[in-house]
Amino acid sequence: MSRPVGAALGRSGAVAVLVVAAAAFALPLVALLLFTFRVSGDPGALTLVHYAAIVDPAQEFTYDGLFRGLSNSLGICVVTVAIVLLVLVPTVLLVEMRYPAMRRVVEFVCLLPLTVPTVVLVVGFVPVYKVVSGAFGSAAWTLAFAIGVIVLPYAYRPIQANIAALDVVVLGEAARSLGAGAVPTVFRVILPNLRRGILSACLLTVAVVLGEFTIASFLSRTTFQTALFLLQQSDPYVAAIFSLAALVFVFVLLLVIGRLGSFRPSRRTS
Amino acid sequence: MNVPPPTAAPLTGPLTVTGTAVSLAGIHKSFGPHVALRGVSLDVRPGEFVALLGPSGCGKTTLLRALSGLDRIDAGTISIDGTDVSRVPVDKRDIGMVFQSYSLFPHLTAAQNVEFGLRMRKVDAARRAVRVQEALDMVGLGDRGGRYAHELSGGQQQRVALARALVTRPRVLLLDEPLSALDAKVRVKLREQIRRIQRDLGITTVFVTHDQEEALAVADRVAVMHDGVIEQIGTPEELYRRPVSPFVADFVGLSNVLEGVARGAEVEVCGRVLPVLGPPVEGDVSVYVRPEDVAFTLDSGGVDATVVASSFLGSLRRTSVRLADGTIVAVQHDASDLREPDEAVRLRFAGYPVVVRPR
Repeated sequence: MSRPVGAALGRSGAVAVLVVAAAAFALPLVALLLFTFRVSGDPGALTLVHYAAIVDPAQEFTYDGLFRGLSNSLGICVVTVAIVLLVLVPTVLLVEMRYPAMRRVVEFVCLLPLTVPTVVLVVGFVPVYKVVSGAFGSAAWTLAFAIGVIVLPYAYRPIQANIAALDVVVLGEAARSLGAGAVPTVFRVILPNLRRGILSACLLTVAVVLGEFTIASFLSRTTFQTALFLLQQSDPYVAAIFSLAALVFVFVLLLVIGRLGSFRPSRRTS
Repeated sequence: MNVPPPTAAPLTGPLTVTGTAVSLAGIHKSFGPHVALRGVSLDVRPGEFVALLGPSGCGKTTLLRALSGLDRIDAGTISIDGTDVSRVPVDKRDIGMVFQSYSLFPHLTAAQNVEFGLRMRKVDAARRAVRVQEALDMVGLGDRGGRYAHELSGGQQQRVALARALVTRPRVLLLDEPLSALDAKVRVKLREQIRRIQRDLGITTVFVTHDQEEALAVADRVAVMHDGVIEQIGTPEELYRRPVSPFVADFVGLSNVLEGVARGAEVEVCGRVLPVLGPPVEGDVSVYVRPEDVAFTLDSGGVDATVVASSFLGSLRRTSVRLADGTIVAVQHDASDLREPDEAVRLRFAGYPVVVRPR
């Protein structure tokens, strides 16, 4: 029987692969970081002037669009997370506990957006948003309805994985047999045990919203990504600073999700 | 339905429960085209431990879930202590339940799990603390209250689940195959502990199991279920010695199935005439004979057979022998009486009444 690839490579080979892969990811980021300190027209010089410009009151007008886009994106994050918490979580729970026969249908619907290119989805959203604008206005937060569809696969998976690791039906029945009504059963037993899955779903939702460009661009809304695109044409240095900051933020989010995945409550010392 | 939780025992003072009578009458339950319960009736006396025994799909868990209120029944009446609770939801039925799979809430410690039912009943904190400690002490886990479910063994988790089910002093304790996920030694130890606690508290208990040894060992009475009906209910001795049907004879304990000819109240099997249990039968029948009702003999009137194999069962030995017509018969005998394969032996049938089924 042939040895596994990892064993054949040996420890040093594995480290080499890891270093090359890390370098492939890190080099563009380091280049981006160095670019933010560059002086236009002087290749050898480094400066903090681009960072200072962000907080310079005199430049407020230049970066106003970017901060508005950032603010809009955070608003969309809040509404999209609310959609995940108020629509997706109850639906998944209801299906799991009451209508298990519907599980495959819900899974199919939730994973469907992965198979449809975003551009195609947006073409479908354009006429829908004529109605949405009529009902809710054309504020940026209304993009949350469209982005709520895009994030479905990313939000559904961690919740479903958490549910699959628990026997929520038996936990619910145990709670009911102990005298808990439907509301205490959900809020005191089921949801606390789905905390990790729900939190991961919310963090992934935030990551997707902050990276979303196509829908906002096609539906003519100003978000962090569209503002960044515009700024990049006039001030590439500050655009690079914000791109880097967004990448670091999402990286930290993913680290938090990873930590949540391995967390288990441990014994009290008392 | 807004029904206040019935409380048979006040939630103060030492942990004692007075047994209450449970009555199920004409319970029907279907899942789509599948009929799970066909008019089942069962009366459980106050403080009694009744086991529902049967193979998979016989309806025993459905009956328990109907009694608990987890599943609605299609027809029939369920009464606890004389009160019709057929339409009362599970959280208002005042039952304690232990499930087959470990059902401790993973985000809570053992003590918090036990405390949960008391919180739902709005018992004050000081009283809760006393009662939780009392319940954990009762199951021998007084020092494990701070541990989470994943820090406890399977047996310990089920003991915590038992404490959690009993701490509210329910009127009825329902056990849905609570031992089936445990290994053999822990299973025996825990079933004895459950029985001891049940006796001490005097709580009316219904216990579902597919393990006949478990049911016969712990229950006051055993209800053998088959295909959505109770085939027979009786003491373990009654079920074993006087089964009312071939199914019960076959399911409870081991039986040799031999060919015989019935003549009214008697049946002739292997040249020996045995009394028949139940109504008189005529003609060719299958005869159910327990392995311990067959013995080796030196008597020339015995039935000739040849030893096939022998299994050591601790204090006993079970030897399979082949009769002249090829029928295999199991003989249960003393472990010291060792028989070798191919050894010629003679068999003697004890004169106990036997169950027969027309062929």
